[in-house]
Amino acid sequence: MDHVLLIEQFLNGFQLGIILFLMAAGLTLVFGIMDLVNLAHGSLFMIGAFVGGTLALLTGSFILGVILMIPAMLVIGIVIEMTALRTLYARDHLDQVLATFGLILFFNEATRLIWGPEGLVVPLPAFLDGSVEIGLGITYPVYRIVIIAVGLAVALGLYILVGRTRIGMLIRAGASNRTMAGALGVNIPKLFSIVFGIGAVLAGLAGLIITPITQAQIGMGEDVLILAFVVIVIGGIGSIRGAFIAAIVTGVIDTMGRSFLDVLLLLFLPANAAESAGPALSSMLIYILMAAILFFRPQGLFPPKGAQ
Amino acid sequence: MAGLEARSLIKAFGGLTATDNLSLEVAPGELHAVIGPNGAGKTTLVNLLSGLLKPDAGAITFAGRDITRLSAPARVKAGLARSFQITSIFRDFTALENVMLPVQTRHGHSFRFWTPVSRDTRLTAPARELLERVGLGDRADVRAGDLAYGEQRQLEIAISLATGPSFLLLDEPMAGMGPEESQGLVEFLRALKGRYTMLLVEHDMDAVFALADRITVLVYGRVIATGTPDEIRNDPEVRAAYLGEEEAA
Amino acid sequence: MSALANLRNPANAFTALVLLVFATGPFVMPLLGEPFYVIVFARIMVWAIAAVSLNLIMGYGGMISFGHAVYLGLGGYAVGILAFHGVTSGWAQLAVAVGASAAVALVFGAISLRTRGVYFIMITLALAQMIYFLGVSAEQYGSDDGLNILSRSDFGPAFYDLNDQATLYYTVFAVLLASVVVSGRLVGSRFGAVLRAAKSNDTRVQAVGVATYRYRLTAFVIAGVMCGIAGFLQANLESFVSPDMMSWPRSGELIFMVVLGGMSTLFGPVTGAFVFLMVSDTLSEWTIHWHIIFGPLLVLVVLFARGGIAGLLNRKSANG
Repeated sequence: MDHVLLIEQFLNGFQLGIILFLMAAGLTLVFGIMDLVNLAHGSLFMIGAFVGGTLALLTGSFILGVILMIPAMLVIGIVIEMTALRTLYARDHLDQVLATFGLILFFNEATRLIWGPEGLVVPLPAFLDGSVEIGLGITYPVYRIVIIAVGLAVALGLYILVGRTRIGMLIRAGASNRTMAGALGVNIPKLFSIVFGIGAVLAGLAGLIITPITQAQIGMGEDVLILAFVVIVIGGIGSIRGAFIAAIVTGVIDTMGRSFLDVLLLLFLPANAAESAGPALSSMLIYILMAAILFFRPQGLFPPKGAQ
Repeated sequence: MAGLEARSLIKAFGGLTATDNLSLEVAPGELHAVIGPNGAGKTTLVNLLSGLLKPDAGAITFAGRDITRLSAPARVKAGLARSFQITSIFRDFTALENVMLPVQTRHGHSFRFWTPVSRDTRLTAPARELLERVGLGDRADVRAGDLAYGEQRQLEIAISLATGPSFLLLDEPMAGMGPEESQGLVEFLRALKGRYTMLLVEHDMDAVFALADRITVLVYGRVIATGTPDEIRNDPEVRAAYLGEEEAA
Repeated sequence: MSALANLRNPANAFTALVLLVFATGPFVMPLLGEPFYVIVFARIMVWAIAAVSLNLIMGYGGMISFGHAVYLGLGGYAVGILAFHGVTSGWAQLAVAVGASAAVALVFGAISLRTRGVYFIMITLALAQMIYFLGVSAEQYGSDDGLNILSRSDFGPAFYDLNDQATLYYTVFAVLLASVVVSGRLVGSRFGAVLRAAKSNDTRVQAVGVATYRYRLTAFVIAGVMCGIAGFLQANLESFVSPDMMSWPRSGELIFMVVLGGMSTLFGPVTGAFVFLMVSDTLSEWTIHWHIIFGPLLVLVVLFARGGIAGLLNRKSANG
């Protein structure tokens, strides 16, 4: 087997994992701390892509678009949290699922109204376009390396934020005992807004940085969302570390599975069967993985320690 | 009637050892009380014996059978029933329906899909009779969640009795009851003596000394004494650890 | 049906009205100059059957499956794939629909029911997605363009021909009534008692000697099969099947129908499906951007009308 293809696809998988991590981190934070199942998290992914993309086109600079997207998503996220989601904290998960499902419909349609059904093309600046030699005779797109780097930086940043800062401590306190934290004077509503805002920025970032590769499209958030849920279920709800590991594993397995499963199947099956089973099985692969993990550890790899 | 024996049970939760090398034996027909200060691990013991929790080490024998690895439902089938300290009933069902369900389990599996239970006298008759016995006969058709607290505690016991057990694990049945209600429950339990073997976890010392054939005292998950009520009353270690506190308070 | 006897109860009256509309549709609608509505009603009834099956596990069993639409697809593709290969026997297609739904429900249920709460919701979603992607990748059967079904299921006798619109319509109606009756019987039986008790207090059910997992799994399979039959009917109705029919938004809509009608009421899923689909059909005629109204509408229903239509109507009758 060609080692170039192997490494390329591994890196592609890693990059997909990074995107999934950005989504899953926000999702797991919001669920772990606010006990809120938010299906509309995928919409935040989409909104980040469209709003950030538009900012990039307006300013003429992709980098500027990314930078401006951050405060934009923070504001948008907090507004959504305060208007639509606050009432849902007290509700049970079914209500949250249904209400946020309704929000998805709304956001998708609103996006269509504002930007039209065609989606948005966001071009890469020239210096990010192109490939670079990364050793072992492999050339790899610069931009994908940038995505990986950004993702790792965010992961590190989150680790420091949650583990080492005052706000992180408040977040962890709110996660383990909301009522007690509130009684001790932590402004829970404000904390929740901030956490949601952070989640929105992460989702928006994920959406925006993938746009030069996939374009911004209506409904783009939903497929990523489901994978993100698989990731946090595998990783353990509320665990950012779990989200990171699970996201990378998911991304790598999914990508490499799609590329190499039919080759692998050829070892066991005749060519015809391998060719038709390959794509079918590879799209199912990640769910099979999830099912297998849940069979042995129903709470995921890093389950939450003690409930609220 | 059957006897129950726990041998060297150990159960730890993270850093906390809730049950520390606990051995206990309930003779057939006996009413054996377990007392101890809060945090002694009494409910953990009941959970271990009923199967809600599995011990980290040790063994449990019931009616001569090793039930250590047996699931909670299987232990009920074997004749072991428990009641909960924090009332655990089906709030949206009527009192009658609450008792009909355990009666149903006596008949084997419930993979019957057609006949409405409301019209099944093999369920309603025994259930009504049992409700009468615990004093809830005229409250049979009230929604369980709407019953008074004391009535819910009575229902709690009725549900445990309805499975037709030979052994009752009662976890603080008098929790939250006033003196009159407690007295009524004491009489009720006294009437059960001889028909069931019982392990009674309780804080109410009057009830304990009125009913128990033997008492085991638990402190921090360990047995510090086992004996007749008189022996326990006079045991210096027990007085220091537990009864002494009561008298001071 | 004796449950509907008290027609002074507004919820019952509404249900009776809906059933009456379904029963008389093929006669009345053409007279009103709106023959198209007959197909609309047939479609709604198919969804209602699916909703009844979901209500069994969700409303009465407390299992919120976000992947229930997958069984609509399984039933539909049973018809489609067999017809594609020349097997048009309704008996064969129905057997495959039932068998496939049962098998998948057994496997998916066995995995999902090891979890609770949100984990359960997400896992049912993800597992259903798996089948969805399987459908999308099945190029031989049209992948996401779907599969046209050239002939309806053939059950044999000349007098029972599903190509006759009326026969198909009233078959769907009959299955709908049957599904409600079966559902009612299940819920009221010993099996149903265990299921409902387990929803209310699973620990206590185990503490009285019932291993609840196997009962939940059985309910899950029964619901899957019922929904698979709905899918079988849907394929016949539409002469078409596509992976979209098992996509997760469809599952979400099913949940909504059940909640809208009133969860854990016998006819809630029927009225819920009726209202949901009539409203969405009407809104979609006004504007192609109807989701922008529909979305917030769903949110409002969840926030303010949690007991669904049955809840709203019963509250009115209690007060007025």
